[in-house]
Amino acid sequence: MREKELRLVITFQNTTSAMAMEKLCQEKGLNGRLIPVPRSITAGCGLSWSAVPGARDELKNAMEENNIIYDEIYELEI
Amino acid sequence: MIYFDNAATSLHKPDSVADAVYAAIRNIGSYGRGSHQASLEAGRVIYAARELLSKLFHVKDCSRIAFTSNATESLNIAIKGLVHPGGHVITTVLEHNSVLRPLYEREAKGAEITIIKSDPLGNINIDDIESHIRENTKMVVCTHSSNLTGNLVDIKKIGDLCKARKLLFVVDAAQTAGVFPIDVEEQKIDVLCFTGHKGLLGPQGTGGIYVREGISVSPLKSGGSGSSTFLKTHPMVMPECLEAGTLNGHGIAGLYAGVSYILDKGVDNLRRKELELMRQFYDGIKEIPDIKIYGDFFARERSAIVALNIGEYDSASVCDQLAEAYGIYTRAGGHCAPLMHQALGTKEQGAVRFSFSHFNTRDEVELGIKAIKDLAME
Repeated sequence: MREKELRLVITFQNTTSAMAMEKLCQEKGLNGRLIPVPRSITAGCGLSWSAVPGARDELKNAMEENNIIYDEIYELEI
Repeated sequence: MIYFDNAATSLHKPDSVADAVYAAIRNIGSYGRGSHQASLEAGRVIYAARELLSKLFHVKDCSRIAFTSNATESLNIAIKGLVHPGGHVITTVLEHNSVLRPLYEREAKGAEITIIKSDPLGNINIDDIESHIRENTKMVVCTHSSNLTGNLVDIKKIGDLCKARKLLFVVDAAQTAGVFPIDVEEQKIDVLCFTGHKGLLGPQGTGGIYVREGISVSPLKSGGSGSSTFLKTHPMVMPECLEAGTLNGHGIAGLYAGVSYILDKGVDNLRRKELELMRQFYDGIKEIPDIKIYGDFFARERSAIVALNIGEYDSASVCDQLAEAYGIYTRAGGHCAPLMHQALGTKEQGAVRFSFSHFNTRDEVELGIKAIKDLAME
């Protein structure tokens, strides 16, 4: 297994928001990619956005400016 | 073969639609069920389709559009999810069975239904809707266009009325999505039900439902949602709440291509062409002795449909002769519109329905006119 590292993990209410996030970040060249929601957050399934911790403010602002509704922003060793 | 059965399904599709389905079937995984690239690719295609449909229908938040298998499924979701015992619903004789049958089922469970009658041309008077509103009226559900006569319904007026009287407004856009401008804000539509395989030029098995923010529809189906696995109930978040089970990603990829084509060419340009063909056909046959044409051809706007009969001939026989002797494909019978046929007095005879596409040509229409003239002379 790869070594754990500290990552920002953003969760969403639905897959549509996760896909909207990916599109937005690709368009704006923002950091991160879609990953399965880590089980330490929720024992369900679904997609979340994983990025470097330093991208928090930039990502948060981008989501707010573009009406992407997110659930939570976590910092996790994954 | 000359295909004039576009109100049933559009047969001529842009090549890009078939190409998109082929590419998707070879490349995409299951939407919302994984995070590998094949699954994400399905997510991207489906998200793009949701956004494009939002653009077409002027929906602000694309998560308010859920994909379904057709307009029938959308209408079942809307009617069964929003009509409850004791509630009163107003609809019209123009409706397809996909509206009427779910309503009758709700009626059997204690809901009340009023069906607005039409005039001899097949039009309803919107004042009749207003005069039938009662204290327990919850909803108006109606088609945007009769699938039999092609008469258009003024959904903007009904939307304004529903807004003023605080009623839900559910629109069946099976015949009009992709053909007439639909703006859920301007027309004050609360729930829009559409299919992908007619005017939107997509594959069969695609369709959708728009639900206005703030309206909660009980889903028909529950099951896999791609999230909240350990919850005993299906998540109630749009659009996933109405999308239990794996979506038809391959079909939706084709639908995306169909809608792209329409937006590229322009809804108004495509409609103008099919209406010109409809008018050419109507003008070519209207003087034939013994011809009976149904619907309102004086109206400013109508769908590209001409429903007719020749004398007292069985519509099924006329339709069959058109297909066998001339290679012209139309639709006979009842068109799943029992109350419209009753109102027009065509329950026994049915009608021969010609429905045109912008992919048809003037030459094809000329052959259609000639065929009807020949049959009428026999």
